[in-house]
Amino acid sequence: MLLVSIIVLSVLGILFGIALSFASKVFHVEIDPKIEQIEEVLPGANCGACAYAGCAGYAEAIVLSGAEPTLCAPGGDAVAAEIAKIMGTKAGKKERNIAVIHCQSGGINNTNIKFENKGIATCKAAVLLSNGQNACTYGCLGYNDCYRVCPFDAISIDENNMRIIDEEKCTGCGKCVEACPRDLIELVPISKKVHIQCMSHEKGKDAKTNCGNKTACIGCGLCAKKCPVEAITIENNLATINYEKCVSCGLCATVCPTKAIEDRIQFRPQPIIIDEKCIGCTICAKKCPVNAIDGKVKEVHKIDEEKCIQCGICITVCPKKAIEAKA
Amino acid sequence: MDFSTLFIIIIGSIFINNFVLSRFLGLCPYIGVSKKMDSALGMGMAVIFVMTMASTITWLIYTFFLNEATSIFGIDLTFLRTIAFILSIAVLVQFVEMVIKKTAPELYKALGIYLPLITTNCAVLGVSLLNINENYNFIESIVNGAAAGVGFTLVLVLMAGIRERLEYSKVPKSMKGMPISFIVAGCMALAFLGFSGMKF
Repeated sequence: MLLVSIIVLSVLGILFGIALSFASKVFHVEIDPKIEQIEEVLPGANCGACAYAGCAGYAEAIVLSGAEPTLCAPGGDAVAAEIAKIMGTKAGKKERNIAVIHCQSGGINNTNIKFENKGIATCKAAVLLSNGQNACTYGCLGYNDCYRVCPFDAISIDENNMRIIDEEKCTGCGKCVEACPRDLIELVPISKKVHIQCMSHEKGKDAKTNCGNKTACIGCGLCAKKCPVEAITIENNLATINYEKCVSCGLCATVCPTKAIEDRIQFRPQPIIIDEKCIGCTICAKKCPVNAIDGKVKEVHKIDEEKCIQCGICITVCPKKAIEAKA
Repeated sequence: MDFSTLFIIIIGSIFINNFVLSRFLGLCPYIGVSKKMDSALGMGMAVIFVMTMASTITWLIYTFFLNEATSIFGIDLTFLRTIAFILSIAVLVQFVEMVIKKTAPELYKALGIYLPLITTNCAVLGVSLLNINENYNFIESIVNGAAAGVGFTLVLVLMAGIRERLEYSKVPKSMKGMPISFIVAGCMALAFLGFSGMKF
């Protein structure tokens, strides 16, 4: 009896095992091994920044429908390069975007409020109640929806209840951009360091009185006049920077009367031309936004330090590395 | 073949002895997969499919290997039925998964996640064992399996419909989520108890 039951079960097991292994051969479905490889390379955050359904969906899209390998925001260049390696193509360098909050208000002591809001403490709920409790109907509500939605822990809250975005941790996934009901957050290339910190379309006086931080853009247009590359436009009493043109020279920040423009570069070194290395190609002179470089072909160029705005473009464009920053 | 017996089996499995609400089998997916109508339907379809297949194969195994009178060994091995059924159901689900993946990728995508879950579903084992206990013949077993699956799907879909509505209704804070779902499940079981008055 004991023996028979053992035999019966063993026979059943062996039969089933054979049947299954046979079936796995017969019904084998070819899956491109690249899909699995790419999935392993991807960060697995399933953030959706690539606009596909999760990391698995993106991996499938790369292999099957030829999606770009550079779409993964959290992975950045490193992951793009890995994917390109698996696919046997080259990844173009893509500059990392980071989120920038275009408002300096929204803290405990720098917000003017119309009424005390005792409702649900989220930004989404607050805007539904008489268009928000803060006087500025364009400004930050201060309920930190962006902070809660960030999957990478890149937004922190300081003691004044202001949101600080960690440029290192931010991957530019855009979750906070969607979460902000006032559309204050924008994804900006990380190399751009000068930002207009206001979104108010109110007329100058109203904008300034409504702003709890007194740093509203009043639409005066000084920055637009000063900008050497015409990157700033004034529309509806609000200045906006066209980041494609912007060279982050910081001139606009120096002229803004209400300090609505933030310049994140603390110190810009004066560039100097090393005469021995300069071959007189005139590339720097052509690229200089303020015509501070005087250069004739095949002659050593000179920088007019009075005109120079220390934007650093000449340093990056010089093919011979003949321009250096003075310490 | 007697069609009235089959009819009684169908009505009995779907309503009177509903697997979830009166036999209390498969309660885990009943609570776990009834949050959304889509997933409830998917799970239900997969269960109908697997229950029918499982009833077929376990009946064959019982008849030809385990039952003394009809077995090819001539020995009473009925005490092995639970382990043999679990084994065969697990294998069956694996096999079905492979076949569907190859032949109907769309169906595989729809059922995909739910199929492996069913391997350990007690309702599937339950229906196989009940078929034996009730001394059903081959056809009756298959019909009972399918009907049990339909009963499971019916209750799952009803529950999903109620729970989708519950999301939008005002429920006391302490009752939100799982507690109110359990109460609803109890009420549904009471309602289904009414079917037990049906006698054929």
